[in-house]
Amino acid sequence: MSPKMGAEDPLKVPSPGPLDKPEKPALRLRSVSKNYGSVVAVAGVDLLVNEGEFFTLLGPSGSGKTTLLRLIAGFERPDAGRIELGGRDITSVPPHLRDTNTVFQDYALFPHMSVADNIGYGLRVKGVSRQAREKRVQRALAMVRLAGLGHRRPNQLSGGQRQRVALARAVVNEPEVLLLDEPLGALDLKLRQEMQIELKQIQQRVGITFVYVTHDQEEALTMSDRLAVMANGQIEQIGSPVEVYERPATEFVAGFIGISNVLLRNGVRFVVRPEKIQMVAEGEHAPAGMTVENGQVVEVIYVGMSSRYVVRLDRGEQLVAVRQNMDAVGDARKFEGRPVRLAWTPDDTYVLDNGR
Amino acid sequence: MEGFWTRMLLRLWVALILAFLFTPIVLIFVYAFNTSNIQSWPIPGFTTKWFASTWDDPDVRRALTLSLQAGLTATGLALVLGSCAAFAIHRMTWFGREVVSLLFVLPLALPGIVTGIALNAFFSFGGISLSVWTIVVGHTTFCIVVVYNNVLARLRRTQGSLIEAAMDLGANGFQVFRDITLPLISTSIVAGAMLAFALSFDEVIVTTFTAGAQNTLPLWIFGAIRLGQRLPEVNVVVSFVILVTIIPVLIAARLTGGGGTGRVPAAR
Repeated sequence: MSPKMGAEDPLKVPSPGPLDKPEKPALRLRSVSKNYGSVVAVAGVDLLVNEGEFFTLLGPSGSGKTTLLRLIAGFERPDAGRIELGGRDITSVPPHLRDTNTVFQDYALFPHMSVADNIGYGLRVKGVSRQAREKRVQRALAMVRLAGLGHRRPNQLSGGQRQRVALARAVVNEPEVLLLDEPLGALDLKLRQEMQIELKQIQQRVGITFVYVTHDQEEALTMSDRLAVMANGQIEQIGSPVEVYERPATEFVAGFIGISNVLLRNGVRFVVRPEKIQMVAEGEHAPAGMTVENGQVVEVIYVGMSSRYVVRLDRGEQLVAVRQNMDAVGDARKFEGRPVRLAWTPDDTYVLDNGR
Repeated sequence: MEGFWTRMLLRLWVALILAFLFTPIVLIFVYAFNTSNIQSWPIPGFTTKWFASTWDDPDVRRALTLSLQAGLTATGLALVLGSCAAFAIHRMTWFGREVVSLLFVLPLALPGIVTGIALNAFFSFGGISLSVWTIVVGHTTFCIVVVYNNVLARLRRTQGSLIEAAMDLGANGFQVFRDITLPLISTSIVAGAMLAFALSFDEVIVTTFTAGAQNTLPLWIFGAIRLGQRLPEVNVVVSFVILVTIIPVLIAARLTGGGGTGRVPAAR
């Protein structure tokens, strides 16, 4: 039993894209706090988002992620701390003078304006000439694949189309930082997945820094360059998707992102991810060099591509193992209710920080 | 499914109720075209002569002018005060908000006679002589309520994020109000004004206590009926008042989406 500890971490490298460039902070938060009465919404958050980065704030509801976004947008004032945008202190700058734009969860499209007028509103109040405005609005419409729908009213559009208008309305202003508050929350799964890809592509094309709030861990892993996992108004961990998933800093992160298989052995708490666990039937041999624990399958959950096997270990804990469904029926027959051995390489485990 | 006879009986019942509600009103319209000045059924002939004579009656003209003056002024005041109050209450997060809101609405719920006597006592206490202005004050007390209710209901139904979105896009306070808030609540303001005018135009009780020697149209009607004089003209004037009252109410109902956002003026 030797869960991997510290040393050189091969996962520290792979943040792709924008981080290759010389890093320049687009947004910086210094010990930002916000209370509502006795409720602490954001408790001393430090954060640095690089220019051109797709940065995600991930957390359950009530973790403070939306409050943090509203603080950045200027809808709320922090009780303490500093917010800097492009190196400039904007802590007490009102929202209409901040170079940020927001995509709202409910889209907040102006119902009495056409789609084109919605998209052009930011340019209009900034005094951009009609001609320049029209050009940029048309370009924005094309970018979100809504060319030709500019004359419509928001209520004549589908949910996915409204979402795109909201995005175009924010992006067209070319803000320093674009804030997105669970923008895909109201869409169905299929559309959501399409929009995830599209959003990411648009972000890469326009090169604007995105700060994206979501409670959906899959969304966060798919889209982000880096993400911050939040709980109780604090940041639990900041890192690339791979880092956060493979090397969760706390038990909370381990449990919130993916399935948490936490074990305590020899006084060390560690995580082993379900897809790293091999299941060995009775009478078969576990591969050499792997840690092996005995247990019994208590439940098989079929989830399409794979199945989840819930195994009660002889030492008391429950672990979840995931198996590709090469032969779902055969596997289920082979394992359901049977004693099994679970095996994993010590390298695939990760020790949690103690003290939580 | 209910049987044939049950359905027939139900329809008959509904027809009877409608007849009960609307026959008197229809009758007034019919009598307005009566050739005889004695109200009897059936009317002996059809004429429009009463319209001309009513129009030429200086008393009716004076009353109409006063009604219009009082109604329009009260509506104007109610528009300003009512919508300001609605904005304030909507923004406020203070614990006494519901109490203040109730105080605004109270004049509509209070019996007119209470408002009327109270105002009358107040005016004589303050040595203020009764005039068109005291009528305006009396009418404004309840006209505010309909404007306030309409605007507040609309503000509450309006997404809060729209205001934030406009600010986020760079609009300052004035631009947000001009481009977003005002267009979104404009129909509720118009509807409130229509209802307020309709309320004022057919008000009798508060007016009785706040008018001096002058008559508004409803007061003129009241007086004429009591004296039993000029009944054909009364029918013409009543028909007119009904139209002027109902049309704004219908328009207001349309503007607010038919939902019961405004109080029905007939409640007063």
